[in-house]
Amino acid sequence: MLFLIQDGITNGAIYALLGLALVLVFAVTRVILIPQGEFVTYGALTYASLASGQMPGTAKLAVAMGAAAFLLDLFAARRELVLRRIAPAFAVDIVLPCVVLAVTIWVVDRHPPTAVSIVLSLAIVACIGLFLYRLAFQPLAHTSVLVLLIASVGCHLAMQGLGLLFFGAEGQRGPAMADAALTVGPLRFTGQSIAVYAVTIGFILALWLFFGLTLYGKALRATAVNRLGARLAGIRTTLSGQIAFLLASVIGALSGILIVPITTLYYDTGFLIGLKGFIAAIIGGLVSYPLTALAALAVGTVEAFSSFYASNFKEVIVFTLLVPVLLLRSLAAPAIEEEGD
Amino acid sequence: MGGRLPVLLFALVMAAIPFVPGMPPFWIVLLDNIGLSALVAMGLVLLTGVGGLTSFGQAAFCGFGAYTTAVLTTAYGVSPWMTLPASLLVSGLAAVLLGLVTVRLSGHYLPLGTIAWGLGLFYLFSKLEFLGRNDGISHIPPLSIGSLKMLDPGTIYYAIWTAVVISALLTMNLLDSRTGRAIRALRRGHIAAEAFGVHPPRTKLLVFIYAAVLAGLSGWLYAHFARAVNPTPFGASAGIEYLFIAVVGGAGFVWGGVLGAAIVVVLKEVLQSYLPMLLHGEGQLETIVFGILLVALLQLAPTGVWPWLTSLWPLKPRRERPDTSLTLPARKRAPNVSRVLLELDNARKQFGGVIAVNNVSFDVKAREIVALIGPNGAGKSTTFNLVTGVLRTSSGALSVLGKNIHNTPPQDIVKLGVSRTFQHVKLVPDMSVLENVAIGAHLRGHAGALSSMFRLDRADEARLLAEAARQIDRVGLSDQIDQLAGSLSLGQQRIVEIARALCVDPVLLLLDEPAAGLRHMEKQRLATLLRQLRDGGMSVLLVEHDMGFVMDLADRVVVLDFGTKIAEGTPEAVKSDPEVIKAYLGAAA
Repeated sequence: MLFLIQDGITNGAIYALLGLALVLVFAVTRVILIPQGEFVTYGALTYASLASGQMPGTAKLAVAMGAAAFLLDLFAARRELVLRRIAPAFAVDIVLPCVVLAVTIWVVDRHPPTAVSIVLSLAIVACIGLFLYRLAFQPLAHTSVLVLLIASVGCHLAMQGLGLLFFGAEGQRGPAMADAALTVGPLRFTGQSIAVYAVTIGFILALWLFFGLTLYGKALRATAVNRLGARLAGIRTTLSGQIAFLLASVIGALSGILIVPITTLYYDTGFLIGLKGFIAAIIGGLVSYPLTALAALAVGTVEAFSSFYASNFKEVIVFTLLVPVLLLRSLAAPAIEEEGD
Repeated sequence: MGGRLPVLLFALVMAAIPFVPGMPPFWIVLLDNIGLSALVAMGLVLLTGVGGLTSFGQAAFCGFGAYTTAVLTTAYGVSPWMTLPASLLVSGLAAVLLGLVTVRLSGHYLPLGTIAWGLGLFYLFSKLEFLGRNDGISHIPPLSIGSLKMLDPGTIYYAIWTAVVISALLTMNLLDSRTGRAIRALRRGHIAAEAFGVHPPRTKLLVFIYAAVLAGLSGWLYAHFARAVNPTPFGASAGIEYLFIAVVGGAGFVWGGVLGAAIVVVLKEVLQSYLPMLLHGEGQLETIVFGILLVALLQLAPTGVWPWLTSLWPLKPRRERPDTSLTLPARKRAPNVSRVLLELDNARKQFGGVIAVNNVSFDVKAREIVALIGPNGAGKSTTFNLVTGVLRTSSGALSVLGKNIHNTPPQDIVKLGVSRTFQHVKLVPDMSVLENVAIGAHLRGHAGALSSMFRLDRADEARLLAEAARQIDRVGLSDQIDQLAGSLSLGQQRIVEIARALCVDPVLLLLDEPAAGLRHMEKQRLATLLRQLRDGGMSVLLVEHDMGFVMDLADRVVVLDFGTKIAEGTPEAVKSDPEVIKAYLGAAA
């Protein structure tokens, strides 16, 4: 009983992290980030590959996406090809992923310490997240939530396919961050699960502080409410979108790295994990961080219990959990007109 | 929506294809697959492209159709044709249950919800014992007519494509009808549709069921085509692919669904057979290309291939002008007990701490033009929304023809003979002026979805369109009758809204800033029209900022400021009222 709750809370903490990232991205860019699950798998499997001395394909993907992003930037700036505009784009799109790739190649045969693997994995996935926004979503930034959602599904398909290409169909596990364990009464806390809790709580606090107190956070929120208004007030909305995707990809990769020592991850596991974070985000109405975190814990607990008592129907139960929530949301839905399409 | 002739030609060409000598049997299999996908995509066109409801879960409805016939034919030995109604019924019922929950969701909750139950149902299919778990059900009997068993792809081809052509015809008929207009009005928001008596949740549920039944039909055909079912083709990725098909083809067009299915099925085939050779990789290379293509397509051609193709076609179908000699019976009027049409008694509306309308009382009598004026933010449009049922009063009483309308929804207020226009024009831009105006006559028609699909609604439809054409003529827009509403100037769009409101056959017309954006001559014509309407027995309540227009036209003026009524009287009296001057020009005038 207690260990089910413990298991549920560990899973729930991961869903909470993902749910927070989804809320963040949606609030800033109106993109419902289905590829969030791929950030998880990419992060986890890149980390596992590095730890076992294999070259992760994601580092090359980051370089390729960076090159494409640079071409797009060049095309966008074709009227005014001056160094002042090109140089920053070159630095971010070309130099950054190339440096990451070079470090990866150098490090991979030398059995890097865990911390280095983690940082590298985060850097690789962060690049991918950043360029994903530049390539897929920035040109669509003015369109409806629906178009963005379909594009998001397209990105998910492509990234999942690439995931299979890079990591193969077999599952992988990564080394734990800490081997220590702690026993409190009947419960045994592994170092890994403590890391999960700590990181989740840390991120919730950090996001809360970031959005509540800093100017950048406020700028991001302003973009969420009204793009045009934010632009007129001097906020660079593309920058807001890039920051949101950067944060989301880092959070996704970190969640992946946190769970890959606990469970075996396959190239397509991320999608399901992401979707459960999603359910939490929807329960939170895609706006509320604390509600999302609470809902994620609930989802994790329900999952733990249903996998114990009715393991066959675990996924059915978790996904149909959404239906009563949607029902409540629809009953409470405000009768305000959504303008436009 | 185009003539019958191209459809007939298409049907003949499709019927002839298997007889082409040397036609590889593999191509027929591809065509079968195209037809199966096209059926689902057609439902999505109606649901997503036309109705604005995105569903990632359509594959689950195919699953309902396929598993129903699989279980009935294998476990109970029911003949395949007998299971068709059962399959359609099961997918329809599933749609009712899921739809009751999902269609009320706004915006992005709906597609998310569909992903969730799409996945849930997929896992359910793969875990239930009597559905054969992950292995599914095999040895499903083929369809047969007499002694002809539809065993090979070439014979079931006819069953599939007959279903496609018939479904396309029914869908086109449905769109080109009273119900179709209601569906097409949904995507642009609810308020305008509700103001003319459309019930958005009901209409959405109808479309949802229709799309599910088409998917169920596709599933039923699939089960007898593949002769085995397992959960894989009904999972989330299939659901995503169907949406992709609809978007590629052109989500707003029935034939876009068929074209999209053709493009995607052929493309997938090509990618699957050639990509591994090119890239020597393992696994799902086609999904990578697929995903990238989808994103690129959204960036380059967001409306799909079909509209692009039709824009290349030189001949534009001509629409017949409606026969204006047909007349609609007048709307049934409530017995007019009093001379007062509309009465507000201490009406109040509070949004949190903001009092938008503060205990306002006034009335509108029969054959009277009353103007509601006041500075910006005075609560004029809120008052309109209270009267038309869009908002509920916080306190106070509102009555129309002596009937208390507190808590009455907009659909019922329009039945009392109160119709309106909007400050921000709410027309459907990609519908013609005629069709937009005909939405106004929604409650005066009776044809339902089924009779529209089978074209039994034509007499009713002709009368509705005739009424719409007459009102368009009345407001002087006959030359623009076939143009798309979105292509007119803003001033003309306001006039179209007036024609639409007139189609209700109202006793009281509420106009929200009708003269904004009109040129001088147009304003004069509008004033003449409104006087004519009044002399014909109608009353008008209008919000307007153009003082020249108002003072010239209104019989009585009500002035609001910060939600409170500060003056009421004839135009002359109001013009010299010190309170009014203060509100408009500032204090100490």
